[in-house]
Amino acid sequence: MAVEMLSYIERNTAVHRLTGVTKLLCFILWSTAAMLTYDTRILIFLFLMSIWIFIVSKIEIKEVSFVLIFIFIFLLLNNVAIYGFSPQEGVKIYGTSHVLFEIAGRYNVTLEQIFYQFNITLKYFTVAPVALLFIVTTHPSEFAASLNKIGISYRISYAVSLALRYIPDVQRDFRNIALAQQARGLDMSNKEKLPKRVKNAASIIIPLILSSLDKIETISNAMELRGFGKNKKRTWYSSRPFQKSDYFVITCFILILVASLIITFHDGNRFYNPFQ
Amino acid sequence: MKRNYLSIKTIVAIGIGAALFMILAKFASIPSPIPNTSIQTSYAFLALMAVVFGPIAGGLIGFIGHALNDAISYGSVWWSWVIVSLFVGAVIGLFAKNINIEAGGFTVKKVITFNVIQVVAQGIGWFLIAPALDILIYAEPANKVFAQGIFAGLSNIVTVGVLGTILLFAYAKTRSQSNSLHKEL
Amino acid sequence: MKKPVIKFSNYSFKYNSQIEPTLHNLNLTIYEGEKVLIVGPSGSGKSTIGQCLNGLVPFSYKGEVTGSLAIMGQEARDLDIFTLSKMVGTVLQDPDGQFIGLTVGEDIAFSLENDCVDQSEMVEMVDDIAKMVDMEKRLQSSVHHLSGGQKQRVSLAGVMVDQVDILLFDEPLANLDPTTGKSAIELIDQIHEQMNKTIIIIEHRLEDVLHRNVDRIIVIDEGRIIADEHPDTILAGSILEQHHIREPLYVKAAKYAGCSLTAEMRPSQLRTFALKDCQEQLIAWYENVEREGRTKSSPPVLEVEHLSFSYHGDQEIIRDLSFSIQKGEMVSIIGKNGAGKSTLSKLICGFERPQSGKIMFHGQEVTGDSIKERALRIGMVMQNPNHMISKNMIFDEVALGLTIRGVPENEIKERVEKTLKVCGLYPFRNWPISALSFGQKKRVTIASILVLEPEILILDEPTAGQDLRHYTEIMEFLVELNRQGMTILMVTHDMHIMLEYTPRAIVITDGQIIADDSAAAVLTNRELIKQANLNETSLFELAERIGIEDPKEFVERFIVFDREERGKWQ
Repeated sequence: MAVEMLSYIERNTAVHRLTGVTKLLCFILWSTAAMLTYDTRILIFLFLMSIWIFIVSKIEIKEVSFVLIFIFIFLLLNNVAIYGFSPQEGVKIYGTSHVLFEIAGRYNVTLEQIFYQFNITLKYFTVAPVALLFIVTTHPSEFAASLNKIGISYRISYAVSLALRYIPDVQRDFRNIALAQQARGLDMSNKEKLPKRVKNAASIIIPLILSSLDKIETISNAMELRGFGKNKKRTWYSSRPFQKSDYFVITCFILILVASLIITFHDGNRFYNPFQ
Repeated sequence: MKRNYLSIKTIVAIGIGAALFMILAKFASIPSPIPNTSIQTSYAFLALMAVVFGPIAGGLIGFIGHALNDAISYGSVWWSWVIVSLFVGAVIGLFAKNINIEAGGFTVKKVITFNVIQVVAQGIGWFLIAPALDILIYAEPANKVFAQGIFAGLSNIVTVGVLGTILLFAYAKTRSQSNSLHKEL
Repeated sequence: MKKPVIKFSNYSFKYNSQIEPTLHNLNLTIYEGEKVLIVGPSGSGKSTIGQCLNGLVPFSYKGEVTGSLAIMGQEARDLDIFTLSKMVGTVLQDPDGQFIGLTVGEDIAFSLENDCVDQSEMVEMVDDIAKMVDMEKRLQSSVHHLSGGQKQRVSLAGVMVDQVDILLFDEPLANLDPTTGKSAIELIDQIHEQMNKTIIIIEHRLEDVLHRNVDRIIVIDEGRIIADEHPDTILAGSILEQHHIREPLYVKAAKYAGCSLTAEMRPSQLRTFALKDCQEQLIAWYENVEREGRTKSSPPVLEVEHLSFSYHGDQEIIRDLSFSIQKGEMVSIIGKNGAGKSTLSKLICGFERPQSGKIMFHGQEVTGDSIKERALRIGMVMQNPNHMISKNMIFDEVALGLTIRGVPENEIKERVEKTLKVCGLYPFRNWPISALSFGQKKRVTIASILVLEPEILILDEPTAGQDLRHYTEIMEFLVELNRQGMTILMVTHDMHIMLEYTPRAIVITDGQIIADDSAAAVLTNRELIKQANLNETSLFELAERIGIEDPKEFVERFIVFDREERGKWQ
């Protein structure tokens, strides 16, 4: 379980200078493209491009290494699981079977399976890091304003901002409560039997929830007293005006999405099939 | 107008709820006897918030909390499962009117109603929606994703059934005012 | 005659959730440009008055209103909360609850954003206001990098940006250390002078508010106005004492000495207080008061040796810190916000692991013990009782630590009942905790730790947010425990606690001990006071002004005498 958290990393690069709205839109466009396509050529193109954006944004590997390690472990386990559950999935998709060697029963190794699992891995690699890039290059203050600009109600946008604002507070409360309860002997770890563990967990979570409900009350009073929700819209102190580069980047990403959809689906199949 | 749409209190509940959901998902999972899996206390909390604050809050706490946790902890968002959190929170919230936790205590009848709702909501979510989306988006093998979904679903159903019920009991007790208290010497 | 901006006429209010009205038949007028202090014990209704002014009552907290409340000539009931918020700006007690933006700039701009003010205009207004509260260099800072005092400045800026005419402060000093509290009062005064706002302060730390002039003090108790007079008149009379509100210590000393005070002596501030007629009596009183000698020394129960600690290799929060506590002592650990005192208590309880150094318990090293093991020797009571309570019934809550440890049921019953009796909670044993007051909840949390029979009790801000009566109640209870042999450590920035209750104070600044001495010695050492963000006690200045040679001794004698007097309330 990752205990570290990603957060905004301050740099002055072209990626950082783009407005939050642009980055949010690009994140959505990119995710859509990466999720819909299964065309190996497009996946490779997107993958290389994400590496390029990484380099441009001057984010160093060691700053995000804990996430990368997690992604690698996940992909490894996922690949093992896929093979374990369905060793013939590639054959099913691509319709041919080039057996390299047999293991036992239906477990053999085919080129198709290897190619399929290569594609799945590649796909995760193109879907995954954009969120990471988005998080580390977008100042959280801009986030709510950006959501609102792309058409999400400002009330809901502000809820997201509140979540970002109060995560550290809730974490601190959680830690204090957990420590105080541990001192009384409540243990959530493996040392206790399961039913007791669940009961102990409740003893930690209940004070956290009840004190958070009080917090909700205080915060909503404060917001009400400062006129939140008075008008149908609101302006944002930290939103930034669009530059030429923003329009340019958004156009590029739309083109990428359209192009990848055309290339992927022009033959009526999501998969690029090198075996036929 | 503003009261029925999304009150300030609901908005704050969504924000704080999402933060709490995330912290619970990250720090308060209970190790289970099955290796590499843990009991997600965050879903018990989600059920409580959905019952107290309704479907919009429930859905959005699940959605924002899960997406934020994915993004901040892992740098990538598993939309297929995030959608399920939204679905579970919203559906439990939708039927929460039948539970009316604010008045009359958390009776046996309400416990049963709550659990029927949560089992159905999570059943559809984890057993059907999550695997279906995984197949659709990632073209993962069907038997694998169904196995994963069934496993996650069962574990979350049991968690919400036990821990969620405990939480609702605790919450209901803070709502009931006892006027018949007297000191015993 | 000035224009009235707030006018309560025969105003009563009852919350829907309560049977009795909280405010009874108020008649109160506040004029434009006035600065008014509202004082009263907890539950007196003083906060409700604030909520009536800003509209939370009756718009958020529903209830029954009778009579009339006019704000700027308009009936409050006919307005809505948004219109009211343009007239009355509120700075709430809890700075973390009020600070909703992610950064300083955003938070100040919050209400402008809601008014759809254009961005460029907004940036300009925020800059102007930020300058006024001296935060213009921190506009980009996130809330988590600010101190309590800075958060409060931002909250103030956030309501001033609305150009409100009336500023309402709800317990502005509650979370601040003494020096920061003092500068908050100075800032409020500055705004009052420069911008001609009407200012209403709700607070029970009277002496601290009176650091700067106020025009009137309104005393509230049980929902009624008890007094509405000039501060000098209030302080000269006996109303504050009757309603358990702490008087400034120098006033108290003069009263103990038998001086008859009048408003003409101007007692509201020590520097204006005419002591001429009082001097002899004070000196005579000083010479008559006895005080018990220091307690004899006993073997150390807790020794901390060369402790150092930092989070993830950051800057050290605790630096090579050593001290020892003897059995049966009552010691306060003080220092400004962020000095490392909470971290130190966490290290002692095993919540955090030191990078180097040793913690010894009865001469035996316990540095490596788990939290659970440590808890049997050293009990920790957190500041917020709501962070510890997880059961519904008092008995179950106190029994929890024993149940978990598998103690047999009859022994649990016996030990819990014994502890409940010690804590004065036995009559309530079958009550739900939700029916208790904050102070009683605090007792429950203390009981739930005591039942484990630790030898040392550590309390983090044991009286935060309590009025004088509950404060005295909690502290006297702790003193009683101490008399029975419990060693008690208190982490606090409340000067009264350390002055009145703990013979010894350890002062921490930047993770190091800068003093370890008697509380009176600490609070009469100007150099130390400055370093640790403390306030000199007014008793010190009083003693100097009446020409007492050993002001420290005067302070100590006063404390002993005062404790005995207040002990008679119970």
